[in-house]
Amino acid sequence: MARNIQSLERAAAMLRLLAGGERRLGLSEIASALDLAKGTAHGILRTLQAEGFVEQDPASGRYQLGAELLRLGNSYLDVHELRARALVWTDDLARSSGESVHLGVLHQQGVLIVHHVFRPDDSRQVLEVGAMQPLHSTALGKVLSAYDPVAHNEAVEVEREAFTARTVTDPDGFEGILDLTRARDAADVEETWEGIASVAAPIHDRRRMPVGASASPAPWSASARTGSCAPS
Amino acid sequence: MTDAHTAGPFIAAIDQGTTSSRCIVFDKDGRIVSVDQKEHEQIFPKPAWVEHDATEIWNNVQEVVAGAVAKAGITRDDIKAIGITNQRETTLLWDKNTGEPVHNAIVWQDTRTDALCRELARNVGKDRFRRETGLPLASYFAGPKARWLLDNVEGLRERAEAGDILFGTMDSWVIWNLTGGVNGGKHVTDVTNASRTMLMNLHKMEWDERICESIGVPKQMLPEIRSSAEVYGEVTGGQLGDLLGGIPVASALGDQQAALFGQTCFAEGEAKSTYGTGTFMLMNTGDKAINSYSGLLTTVGYQIGDQKPVYALEGSIAVTGSLVQWMRDQMGLINSAAEIETLASSVEDNGGAYFVPAFSGLFAPYWRSDARGVIAGLTRYVTKAHIARAVLEATAWQTREITDAMTKDSGVELAALKVDGGMTSNNLLMQTLSDFLDAPVVRPMVAETTCLGAAYAAGLAVGFWSSTDELRANWRRAAEWTPNMDAGTRDREYKSWLKAVERSMGWLDESGEE
Repeated sequence: MARNIQSLERAAAMLRLLAGGERRLGLSEIASALDLAKGTAHGILRTLQAEGFVEQDPASGRYQLGAELLRLGNSYLDVHELRARALVWTDDLARSSGESVHLGVLHQQGVLIVHHVFRPDDSRQVLEVGAMQPLHSTALGKVLSAYDPVAHNEAVEVEREAFTARTVTDPDGFEGILDLTRARDAADVEETWEGIASVAAPIHDRRRMPVGASASPAPWSASARTGSCAPS
Repeated sequence: MTDAHTAGPFIAAIDQGTTSSRCIVFDKDGRIVSVDQKEHEQIFPKPAWVEHDATEIWNNVQEVVAGAVAKAGITRDDIKAIGITNQRETTLLWDKNTGEPVHNAIVWQDTRTDALCRELARNVGKDRFRRETGLPLASYFAGPKARWLLDNVEGLRERAEAGDILFGTMDSWVIWNLTGGVNGGKHVTDVTNASRTMLMNLHKMEWDERICESIGVPKQMLPEIRSSAEVYGEVTGGQLGDLLGGIPVASALGDQQAALFGQTCFAEGEAKSTYGTGTFMLMNTGDKAINSYSGLLTTVGYQIGDQKPVYALEGSIAVTGSLVQWMRDQMGLINSAAEIETLASSVEDNGGAYFVPAFSGLFAPYWRSDARGVIAGLTRYVTKAHIARAVLEATAWQTREITDAMTKDSGVELAALKVDGGMTSNNLLMQTLSDFLDAPVVRPMVAETTCLGAAYAAGLAVGFWSSTDELRANWRRAAEWTPNMDAGTRDREYKSWLKAVERSMGWLDESGEE
């Protein structure tokens, strides 16, 4: 078995110690409990503190577990929470763009539509919440694949079907599209459905982690190609 | 949310609500240009008593109006009118010479007038004034609250009879102050707010002298009853006078009626339901004040200028969003309100469980104060996910009971239900609602229907919008859920729900007030 990294083992032991009975411990208590030199213990504590895993009480100088640990455990964003928070903004986006808005998250090998705001005209539209879209050809899927490494793996491993003549299926071409997505924005011009184009942008949490994507699909035709399609 | 597409002129709407005061500036398309909001203190002098400091509220209103106007980057010339919507029934008395409230406002939820209402019902029953006012004797309504103040604030009755005291719900207080206060402020209320005092005759739109006398409220302190959409006066004096002097104050609507207006429910049979902590459903019944035999309230929906008043039937559900909060805070089964959908979606159905959240009795259409909450149909098979599903279904079934009562009273079938409020982000709930009602459920693009309604009414009054047809054309559908449940399943489930409701009754030994 390969040797483990000693300082990581020591850091883990410190976190366990702080998670135990006493909630706050001083430097010398931590050092002696783990049989470490004070200088060594202090170096590790300072690093943990910088990462937010440990906090130091300014008055007593004692250490306790940091808020970051709690966030780590709760970092999964509920998709229904995402919808609740996005409601007002997506309504406004639909209203100002005159197009429908979809909100999607990675689910298995595709994009799950978790929220859908109708195009603000009087046409008959069907709610698409719960529908799945492909990762490799839709604007939503490209955004997720470009920013979320898990989505990227799924998109690379899945068999990329050619839905239209414009669908990019080869691995190099697909990676090129993701580079373009990261540099500019994501678009799908008749790569999934004939006559439909859409643009999409990533939704990040406050720590810049991608949690989903928002897209505005619109009818697309040769005569409309001169018109502008504003990204969200 | 300001963007380049929005150009003036605008309408500003003030929402003087239970927990906060807000001001929203709208453009001609009914889109939000800017928002400002400030919370005020909830004062609890005793259990079940709730008061607001009206001076604090007026200060906050001035602040949020100035704030919203500043955020929009506009001036008085860009604003064509100001409209008002407000928490209903909350009651204030103030001195017309000093402009000082004589006591904190008594908030609608406050139950201190329970005993007074029972006393007023003596011999005749809770429905003593229902034919004239559309309301049962209950602690919510403003008239008995005013009587309580006259009885309990020393020397107040004499001052009131001398004509020094003014009565008002929060619309009256805000309008009086906006239009100059002690310097000629207009002492008015609108028909919708007046219809919640228990002092107005619904059929004549006038204060009912006999009822005022029975309840013990001197007529001379009551405001003039006006329509919901007309110019009551102009912004005058004070901090806002400098900023917005001369702008017409042109609408007032109780919050639920404002939502009905904002949802453009202008035709008979159109209904809206607002899903928050509790739920309020109103159905437009046209020019007929329909007396309810099913425990609903008869109320004024709105009146535009000198047109005929439009009536509504109202049903409320005490516990809807608060049941989800209870699952989160008291049961700890979810971390956030939105997670109820995640949990509920992890199963196909309720597993046979039904949750009747009669936490403080059953409201419309039953009115049983001896009922308490039950979860019925438990077996070993039932998981927390089934309970989560039963929680959402409880809101949907209670809506169904109210729509059934409305249909029974009015003879009008519900064509579609327009929804708003925080719980409309719950997709499973909205689908369940559509399934149980067997009717489409639609959500509009503007979530702020209450403020929008006040803005619409004010805009109509000054000709900013030409007609209700124009407002209707502004309404945009953001989502629509259509029924997807076979009739057999729906009927079977409804029967089970009704059985569960029956199980909740008679839990308390002392009989209700009936």
